Amino acid sequence: MDRIPILKMGPYLLVTIQVDLYDRLALTLENDLINMVSKTGARGVLIDISAVSIVDSFMGRILGNIASMSRIMDAETVVVGMQPAVAITLVELGLTLQGVYTALDVEKGMELLQTKIGIIEDPEDEDEEVPDDDTV
Amino acid sequence: MILSKDTMQIVHEQNVVPFRNRVKELATKIGMSLVNQTKLITAASELVRNMLKYANGGKILLEIISNNGRTGVRLTFMDEGPGIADVQQAMRDGFSTGKSLGLGLPGAKRLVNEFDIKSKPGEGTTVTITHWKNGR
Ligand SMILES: Nc1ncnc2c1ncn2[C@@H]1O[C@H](COP(=O)(O)OP(=O)(O)OP(=O)(O)O)[C@@H](O)[C@H]1O
Ligand SMILES: [Mg+2]
Repeated sequence: MDRIPILKMGPYLLVTIQVDLYDRLALTLENDLINMVSKTGARGVLIDISAVSIVDSFMGRILGNIASMSRIMDAETVVVGMQPAVAITLVELGLTLQGVYTALDVEKGMELLQTKIGIIEDPEDEDEEVPDDDTV
Repeated sequence: MILSKDTMQIVHEQNVVPFRNRVKELATKIGMSLVNQTKLITAASELVRNMLKYANGGKILLEIISNNGRTGVRLTFMDEGPGIADVQQAMRDGFSTGKSLGLGLPGAKRLVNEFDIKSKPGEGTTVTITHWKNGR
């Protein structure tokens, strides 16, 4: 059976969609991603759709499902590389990708994920890491 | 004037991608811009989905037409499903009997230049959309 490969990179899962998805393939991807998030404890999911030329309400719903189910498992989702024609069409169709963050390209998407999941440490957390006198 | 004419049977989900590709071929042939192609194919995708989901498939007529110096693609979706009791209601954003977003029909209408729907309960539904080369 056809499958879209999912790459694990540190706390992230990366997916590049290279073809226009038919429904079964999209549903399989949704399932596989949710399973991977739960199995690996990934904190971020990045989906590159730069090769996708059509996003209809079905595909939009799949992206939304991936984002909301990942969030329940404490992972954020960023969709990157949406073609301008696709973005224009989605607005007119009336589809809002709820809970899905978008970024221009993979690099910007990774940056966004990093800030979303707070890999950049808080100064307050650093205070707590200063050892007590007792332990010195 | 009808410049070309073609029909496709839609019986299962696997027919969707070839159908979308066929629409793309026609749109490309008449030199439709990418944004307009994307709008047309997305609208067509919504309508073919409805046909499969609510009427178990049907037949689509694909035509290239010319009228007052304008060239466009006209698609006619014909099914012999249950029909729609209240078309006005079905055309409203958010109305769905399929626990879905209810975006397909109103969204498709927004995406193309001309949209016509006829339905009779117990007999079926016919939706016709036309998109002109220059999107107007
Ligand atoms: N070909 C059809 N035959 C019978 N009923 C239809 C057909 N197309 C649409 N309908 C009815 O019209 C309603 C609205 O259709 P529409 O495509 O706008 O929304 P949806 O399919 O329910 O949701 P979405 O398209 O957003 O997933 C449907 O829920 C269904 O009841
Ligand atoms: Mg629909």
